[in-house]
Amino acid sequence: MDKETALFMYKKMVQIRKFEEKLYQLFLTRPMPGSMHQYNGEEAVAVGVCAHLNKDDYVTSTHRGHGHCIAKGVEINGVMAEMFAKKTGCCKGMGGSMHIADFSVGMLGAIGIVGAGIPIAAGAGWTCKYRGKGQVSVAFFGDGAANEGAFHEGINLAAVWKLPVIFVCENNVYGFSTHYRRTMAIENIADRAAGYGIPGMVVDGMDVKEVYAESGKAVERARKGGGPTLLECKTYRFMGHSRFEKSAYRTKEELEEWKKRDPIKLFEEFLLKDMKLKRQELDEIGADVDREIEESVSFSERSPDPEPDDYKKYIFA
Amino acid sequence: MEAKKIVDALRQALIEEMERDENIVLLGEDIAVFGGGYRVTEGLLDMFGEERVKDTPISEIAITGAAIGAAMTGLRPVLEIQFNDFLACAMDQVCNQAAKVRFMLGGQVKIPLVIRAPVGATGRAAQHSQSLEAWFMHTPGLKVVFPSTPYDAKGLLKTAIRDDNPVMFFEHKLLYGAASPGGKAKTAVDDLNEAFKPAPEEDYTIPFGIADIKKSGNDVTVVATGFMVHRCIKAAQKLGEEGIDVEVIDPRTLVPLDKTTIIRSVEKTGRIVIVSEDVLTCGVASEISAVVAENALFYLDAPVKRVSVPDTPIPFAPVMEQAVLPQEEQIIQEIKSVVYRGI
Ligand SMILES: Cc1ncc(C[n+]2csc(CCOP(=O)(O)OP(=O)(O)O)c2C)c(N)n1
Ligand SMILES: [Mg+2]
Repeated sequence: MDKETALFMYKKMVQIRKFEEKLYQLFLTRPMPGSMHQYNGEEAVAVGVCAHLNKDDYVTSTHRGHGHCIAKGVEINGVMAEMFAKKTGCCKGMGGSMHIADFSVGMLGAIGIVGAGIPIAAGAGWTCKYRGKGQVSVAFFGDGAANEGAFHEGINLAAVWKLPVIFVCENNVYGFSTHYRRTMAIENIADRAAGYGIPGMVVDGMDVKEVYAESGKAVERARKGGGPTLLECKTYRFMGHSRFEKSAYRTKEELEEWKKRDPIKLFEEFLLKDMKLKRQELDEIGADVDREIEESVSFSERSPDPEPDDYKKYIFA
Repeated sequence: MEAKKIVDALRQALIEEMERDENIVLLGEDIAVFGGGYRVTEGLLDMFGEERVKDTPISEIAITGAAIGAAMTGLRPVLEIQFNDFLACAMDQVCNQAAKVRFMLGGQVKIPLVIRAPVGATGRAAQHSQSLEAWFMHTPGLKVVFPSTPYDAKGLLKTAIRDDNPVMFFEHKLLYGAASPGGKAKTAVDDLNEAFKPAPEEDYTIPFGIADIKKSGNDVTVVATGFMVHRCIKAAQKLGEEGIDVEVIDPRTLVPLDKTTIIRSVEKTGRIVIVSEDVLTCGVASEISAVVAENALFYLDAPVKRVSVPDTPIPFAPVMEQAVLPQEEQIIQEIKSVVYRGI
């Protein structure tokens, strides 16, 4: 990994973390519309995968989509303004946290229905294959989503049509309150790949280097016509399932254990020790991101609300 | 203790019924350890154990299908679907299987199944805000229940559980009186009046197909469902101060629908406004309008008026969400529009 890529990924991860931290604070300190599902702790997954993607590659996302958006290159102003339900939000205040999308960078949208993005990503992969220009599509989804019928049908279709799709399962241990061991009788969701005749891989989702390396192989295989891959990234969410959810179903010790492997901390150690970067360089990136996030908040505050009947414009094309 | 909130009334009904009949089992996403997205099943895992209160994978097809299969073979499952929007994932099981199996098999089998699901818009955009009652009214073989008070919720849930048919049981998020998944309680129950009647801690059932007149009046009939019942009662009180005497009827069950009570009321008032939170076209209000047009046309002094969400998905931004949901002021204006027409 070259320094440029490393710094690019570091910055993206910091953007996601600081974006989420800012949002949490906003929800605590003022009335914010709707709810949210936060991505803190899982940054390495979205960033490691999306670092291989071009603007014209596609991504489908989930209810926990802020990280995927930022990793895919959606402007932070647009994401923040959507959280504020403003006219300048990337979905014009129509979708909010669970439906952020920006087609100009191939972000096909966060989706509020668990699992629904999996077959949609297969469809985007079909377009990629049909066009024959080497584009790929990526579906991000959770461990919980892997038990939806849409998972089975979507991956099977992509496998049998040999579509250029990377199915990225973010196994963050819980689907809402329910531990994956209580919802599936296997340890690794990646093992299911065998049932579809595609490669499956377990990846350390807290280590962005490993996510980057393994997803790189999958993306390359897809671009070359080798068909889909199922990547299972073992990760953990540091926040509650949604907004202020308190997570009584898991222990503090478990959370603290995972926090020791905070993906940003891990990557910082690598950058400082192995890549010999200076602390100051990283701090400057952090400060830049802070400014960018603050600016996105004031951009959102300055932005107008939608008109009450704006929705009428979007029912039909 | 009497239940002052729908969440407590529903829980009481579940507990009393589960104590009465050991064939009653509960299943759903996050209902056991977590206690349910809207807290209805809180504490039931401890009371009844994990054989009877089951957390499930996020697999709406499987859990609905399994509930049907269990119901066909002797259990009486009560399934919670976390938001009614996710019923779309299980549509085949609900509409092609549960609704039709008994019919196709010449009556060999009963399907004593209750599917509970929250409805209503609370700032969560188009995939978590719908009110889908009418989808299921349109599928013969399903009963459709939608209570608006703790009293009705308890009595109707008990009836639903004792019914030998699949019952779709809708619960409005703003009426639970409990927090939504992970959130602070977004609730309307704190400023509802005595019409939000508590449920006594005793065994009672409310038969399906009997509407409840929540407020009687002589000038105009208002039929409303769910949360809209309470908006309409408030509107009626304000109109009362202006000398317009509004009757508010809550059908409580949409299938079977108590046509008689609605028709009798229209015969008395000569005017009807129907207020619901589903979308207009082919909606709850459309069906009730048709019933009135077919059965009471010559009693009408003004056109039938439907007040529902216009034909749109629910937008996210609060200004737009408010614009599409029937508001108290809008309800007042619509009622006035039919009242003045005849004078
Ligand atoms: C079809 C469907 N069922 C249930 C839900 C409610 N729900 C939202 S997120 C969630 C948990 C999802 O778990 P997972 O896929 O592991 O993603 P995570 O939240 O852990 O990122 C549930 C049950 C939903 N949105 N859609
Ligand atoms: Mg998960």
